[in-house]
Amino acid sequence: MKHIISILIENEAGALSRVAGLFSARGYNIESLTVAATEDATMSRMTIVTSGSDEVIEQIIKQLNKLIDVIKVLDLNDGKYIERELMLVKVKATAAFRDEMKRMCDIFRGRIIDVADGSFTIELTGSGTKLDAFIESLDKTAILETVRTGASGIGRGDRILKL
Amino acid sequence: MDSQAKKTTDTNAPITGAEIVIRCLNEEKVKFVFGYPGGAVLHIYDEIYKQNGFKHILVRHEQAAVHAADAYSRATGLVGVALVTSGPGATNAVTGIATAYMDSIPIVVISGQVPVPAIGMDAFQEVDMVGVTRPCVKHNFLVKDVKDIAATIKKAFYIAATGRPGPVVVDIPKDITAHLGDYFYPKSVEMRSYNPVLKGHSGQIKKAIKLLLEAKRPMIYTGGGLVLGDGAPELVKLARTLGYPVTSTLMGLGGYPASDPQFVGMLGMHGSYEANMAMQNCDVLIAVGARFDDRVIGDPKDFLSKKRTIIHIDVDPSSISKRVKVDVPIVGHVQSVLAEMNEALASEKTTNDISAWWKQIDEWRGVKSMVYQNSTTVIKPQYVIEKLWEVTKGDAYVTSDVGQHQMWAAQYYKFDKPRRWINSGGLGTMGVGLPYAMGCQFADKDAQVACVTGEGSIQMNIQELSTCAQYGLPIKVIMLNNRYLGMVRQWQEFFYENRYSESYMDSLPDFVKLAESYGHVGMKITNPADVEGALKEAFAKKDKFVFMDFITDQDENVFPMIAAGKGLSEMVLKKDNKERHED
Repeated sequence: MKHIISILIENEAGALSRVAGLFSARGYNIESLTVAATEDATMSRMTIVTSGSDEVIEQIIKQLNKLIDVIKVLDLNDGKYIERELMLVKVKATAAFRDEMKRMCDIFRGRIIDVADGSFTIELTGSGTKLDAFIESLDKTAILETVRTGASGIGRGDRILKL
Repeated sequence: MDSQAKKTTDTNAPITGAEIVIRCLNEEKVKFVFGYPGGAVLHIYDEIYKQNGFKHILVRHEQAAVHAADAYSRATGLVGVALVTSGPGATNAVTGIATAYMDSIPIVVISGQVPVPAIGMDAFQEVDMVGVTRPCVKHNFLVKDVKDIAATIKKAFYIAATGRPGPVVVDIPKDITAHLGDYFYPKSVEMRSYNPVLKGHSGQIKKAIKLLLEAKRPMIYTGGGLVLGDGAPELVKLARTLGYPVTSTLMGLGGYPASDPQFVGMLGMHGSYEANMAMQNCDVLIAVGARFDDRVIGDPKDFLSKKRTIIHIDVDPSSISKRVKVDVPIVGHVQSVLAEMNEALASEKTTNDISAWWKQIDEWRGVKSMVYQNSTTVIKPQYVIEKLWEVTKGDAYVTSDVGQHQMWAAQYYKFDKPRRWINSGGLGTMGVGLPYAMGCQFADKDAQVACVTGEGSIQMNIQELSTCAQYGLPIKVIMLNNRYLGMVRQWQEFFYENRYSESYMDSLPDFVKLAESYGHVGMKITNPADVEGALKEAFAKKDKFVFMDFITDQDENVFPMIAAGKGLSEMVLKKDNKERHED
């Protein structure tokens, strides 16, 4: 099952590679990993999307907690959470496609952020499944390039991951 | 930085980074630093020359420096320290670091690094030590400012020794050791990201005691964590109060006295029949600082085919429910948890009658799985170990390398004290034996130290004969020489239809002459009748290093055995025996 794990980690050189190295060394999946400093620049917040049985997820959480630089770990799937990912898609937008692309973009509440002669670049935010759905609904031959940030996640309401 | 370390009052004039390193080691009351000099650590070595706070032990290969520091720690419980240069010095240390990591041994390895501006330039003797060691350290640091040296070394010692212990690497670029900085050594360390649990959960402990007192077929299973956590005295108290059987892993030997009748022997791949059967058939199992690894329970499916309730005490939560789901996890320091259990038991009635269970165990004991056919014509390796135990009165530090001799030493030397059996259980590193013996001898200079080895393993760090000569270490090497990589040969015999691919040891040196060339005593023993006398003679030479080359039976195999991937119920007791399934 897919899990979204949030990590607060010391913002030190090499901290990211400790986490990434743990996943590769122990054979855990990483679907995506995002990281950036928090409002407190000494800490980074990381979101990892992974999958595995309950036992594997339990081990992942324990192994992450064991890393010296890791301050806190939260499995967002243990409660209610929000997940968002940003995707940029460059699509063919030649005469015949232009209206169709604009419509699809509106349906998914994306924004066209670059318009060029034969192409649009669409910015789309949402859960991973929404982004997948957008890609699915496009004509494959129309897609020139995609780039996704990987998911960021946060607990709903009172679920707060803080020092 | 997260360290809210309190500054000491020492506010002398600025000193060099190298001098700071030395002062830090002195603050940690380090007595021995095992090392090897080189370009990147020359400033540090220059300061070593000027000081006498600790003794530097010059090894002949960096791997041995780390192994010796590791064994020093295993023998004393203190943090071992090694010092190596950058590049090849650092990579040579890696096997030692990985060995310590797998067995959770607290050591601090200080490695030199190329100067900061040269990092990433493919400079001479540059290697990314922090990157290389990341998967096999508890933590590592690259110090990029002279101001950070002291706080980093303080943290390194703290991290290495607390929680589940492990090796910590501190990589220091050469220019940083030349820079001037103010010296202050923090008195304590506080880290928001690292707070190891000490005390076990009282509710869980109560639950465990209730289960133990109601058990019909209880079993106590101890591992290396019991020894490392200095929990042995509390465990002995607990086991004796309850009167329950105790088994131990390879790493846990000595945690409970082997000569005690409640001890049913080592369990696992080469464990005793009674230990493995009791482990398999118990109804309540308490694991103490052990981790159900593949060499202990084999196939978890086979283990789980029997129902039992498992209590697991471990300082590392990730060791709990890793291979086997546990019913009552207790995260905490073994010593503290066991002490709390003993306290609670003092007010309980501990008259649980398990005589039927003991009767069953005695039947299993009757199988006599730890026997061998002695001979008057060829030396049996097991016999050498038995005699070694007698001659040293069971009181030596015994180090071993890896292979058949290691298993025989574990099976036939009855360890009654913790921290006496020093071997590489997790990583299984051939070549540790001799440097381990060095570490033990430095830890206890008057102690009897025996290195049980084979002619394969000893050659992996044989250069240390020179170190032993330099420091006059009166180690006794007990080499069981069967002219084979014995354990490899054994597996080839069992699983590869006797195709002894590359497992024969050809072109062996004359070990007696080799030892003598270093100024040691060399002995070659070929006759079973001479074994005991030779051992007595060797151990009577209290100030001499004696290298004993025992020419042993080439065909001897280690039994009992559970093949890799099989379960505890699938033991093979003797050669040509089919698996002995339980009745």
